[in-house]
Amino acid sequence: MATESQHMIGSHPDLPAPPSEVGVVGWLRHNLFSSASNTLMTIFAIYLVYLLVPPVISWTLVNADWTGDSREACTSGGACWVFINARLGQFIYGFYPVEEIWRINSAFILLVVLMVPMFIDSFRHKAWLGAIILFVFPVISFYLLAGGSFGLKEVETARWGGLSLTLIISIVGIVGSFPIGLLLALGRRSKMPAVSTFCTGFIELWRGVPLITVLFMSSVMFPLFLPEGVNFDKLIRALVGVTLFSAAYMAEVVRGGLQAIPKGQYEGAEALGLTYWKSMSFIILPQALKHVIPGIVGTFIALFKDTTLVSIIGLFDFLGIVQAASTDPNWLGYSVEGYVFCAFVYWVFCFSMSQYSQSVERKLDTGHTKR
Amino acid sequence: MHKEQSAGPPVITTKPWNNPAVRSIVYQAILLIAVVSFGIYIFGNTADNLEKQGIATGFGFLETTAGFGIITHLIEYSEASSYGRAFVVGLLNTLLVAFSGIVAATIIGVIIGIARLSKNWLVSRLAMVYIEIFRNIPLLLQIFFWYFAVLRALPSPKNSVNFMDGIFLNNRGVYFPSSILEDGFSLVIWAVVIAIIGVFFMARWAHKRQERTGQQFHTVYVSIGILIGLPLLAMIITGFPLSWETPVLKGFNFVRGAVIIPEFMALWVSLSIYTASFIAEIVRAGIQAVDHGQTEASYALGLRAGPTLRLVILPQALRVIIPPLSSQYLNLTKNSSLATAIAYPELVSVFTGTVLNQTGQAVEIISITMAVYLSISLAISMFMNWYNARMALVER
Repeated sequence: MATESQHMIGSHPDLPAPPSEVGVVGWLRHNLFSSASNTLMTIFAIYLVYLLVPPVISWTLVNADWTGDSREACTSGGACWVFINARLGQFIYGFYPVEEIWRINSAFILLVVLMVPMFIDSFRHKAWLGAIILFVFPVISFYLLAGGSFGLKEVETARWGGLSLTLIISIVGIVGSFPIGLLLALGRRSKMPAVSTFCTGFIELWRGVPLITVLFMSSVMFPLFLPEGVNFDKLIRALVGVTLFSAAYMAEVVRGGLQAIPKGQYEGAEALGLTYWKSMSFIILPQALKHVIPGIVGTFIALFKDTTLVSIIGLFDFLGIVQAASTDPNWLGYSVEGYVFCAFVYWVFCFSMSQYSQSVERKLDTGHTKR
Repeated sequence: MHKEQSAGPPVITTKPWNNPAVRSIVYQAILLIAVVSFGIYIFGNTADNLEKQGIATGFGFLETTAGFGIITHLIEYSEASSYGRAFVVGLLNTLLVAFSGIVAATIIGVIIGIARLSKNWLVSRLAMVYIEIFRNIPLLLQIFFWYFAVLRALPSPKNSVNFMDGIFLNNRGVYFPSSILEDGFSLVIWAVVIAIIGVFFMARWAHKRQERTGQQFHTVYVSIGILIGLPLLAMIITGFPLSWETPVLKGFNFVRGAVIIPEFMALWVSLSIYTASFIAEIVRAGIQAVDHGQTEASYALGLRAGPTLRLVILPQALRVIIPPLSSQYLNLTKNSSLATAIAYPELVSVFTGTVLNQTGQAVEIISITMAVYLSISLAISMFMNWYNARMALVER
């Protein structure tokens, strides 16, 4: 009573917000029940969640069978993860000889070890390390995986498979398509008519057709292109197809970034007396690529998902091997488990790539955006 | 002064290899020579290989009898038809699944995209979960899931799931009553055509009148009335010349009625769901790209929420939405080629699969297939250029 009169006029402290506007209640009122139609939508959404989530959780987790070694272990009516457990080795390594699996493992451990410093901000020699990853690592891992020299037993590519094959195809595709795409994008914007026509035609040709026809082409038509006696491995042909296909998409993404760079930057670089390649690599591309990181990572994600198509031309990538395993008479009827597991793995890879791209985008956002 | 000018610019001595014009010609010549000689090399090898393997060349095979059946065809087709006919059947099946997929994906995508922007927290979260799940799982995996895990796992025709006493769902597909058109139905079709033409002219008249006098006309309600009323009237006059033929279980399968095969269903559902997740993001970005000031200005002019969305926000959002949307449509069309993995008889599956296996003429067949997809994408990109030019912001 008395407290109110003690304040001078105009210096009244703000009253606390009414309890219906803050805290949990306020949040609920604002976000879920602000109007009649909103309340209806909330109720509908809750019903939808109720319909979907409990059965999924009970199937995947609560009622699932986890341990055992044959289908007899699956009795509780939920998911039969025993199937995944029993086939995990095959899902990851394909038909690679069991005693040679250490080679795949060490190649991937090497890659991880090389990649870790790239994520450490204070590491100084990223350019050198990047060059090693791009140029030295592929050679090492090729000799490691294919064998046939340095006293390693040869493992023909027909025995490669599973998640490791998927990763090999995606990594080769990513590493190969980026520089090719970069060159194609620069070529398309070149002032030389022959160069730009060639690049435009190349890009539009690959972008206009589905990947599956490219893969068919690489598996059926490539052998015809080569002189008699010369024969490339099926895997290598698929790799070439995937890489060129992805490079065309990469080129268009990069071109978008190049077009976003104001003309003054090109002119400035020229005025400084930089040659074409110097002005591109020190002035234009660093800015252009920063603009299009989401697009580049989007292309990588698309490439990663598209590697599944190689199963159509008879390579046993991760999806292909899960599909093959689900037709195994011993495990008939457990295809759903296989697909769910497969989907989960792909999802984790794609989702983390997109999250990583968002974090890079934030880190490189040095305040040149328009707004 | 005059003398100095006529002396011309100081002569700069550049070595020819430092002269940009010369360099550019040299580079282009090298590229041309490389491309042409690569082409000749490949052409020579291919001709050699084809001759050695005894594979025929040329497009004569299109006239040859195909000798294989296709489970679903929009036009007359039998084993006695030619390869060319099989090609058309495949192409039409591609277009059918692409068109149905585009319609469904657009509807789902727009709903999810708008839900993503909803002020309702739960609804927008659910939309986000949908988007993040479906766009991060490979399409082929989704097709396999729907086909092998869902549709092939349905009960056999004998134990079909029955909806509304006429629609049967089993592992051979969805069986539903087919309509049989009787005499006089042509009148109904004419009524529909006349109604559409009438609505078109009425809309034009209403628009002109509004520009002249400012008076509005309830175009939407009247159009709906005409579009439903006129055909209905024709139906009544001709005494409902339409009957239904319900599917009947006979032996191991249904006869009569119409069927949608599981291959089509799986492809259609997965294409729609997958592409919808991308369309949703495009719709969301498009609506968010319109400055909020536009909404405020429109409210300040006295427009209500509905007209604001229809007349102010959407036309501007569409400018952002349409280009990526059309490329999604193109993606969907190209992705329909994954049907070959579950043997839905579309272009790639029929032509690049079966016909290629039978004839072995890889070069011709793959070139034709690629040419078809290339022309579809060129047609779409030409439409896009036309649309962009029409919708482009007219600046001062």
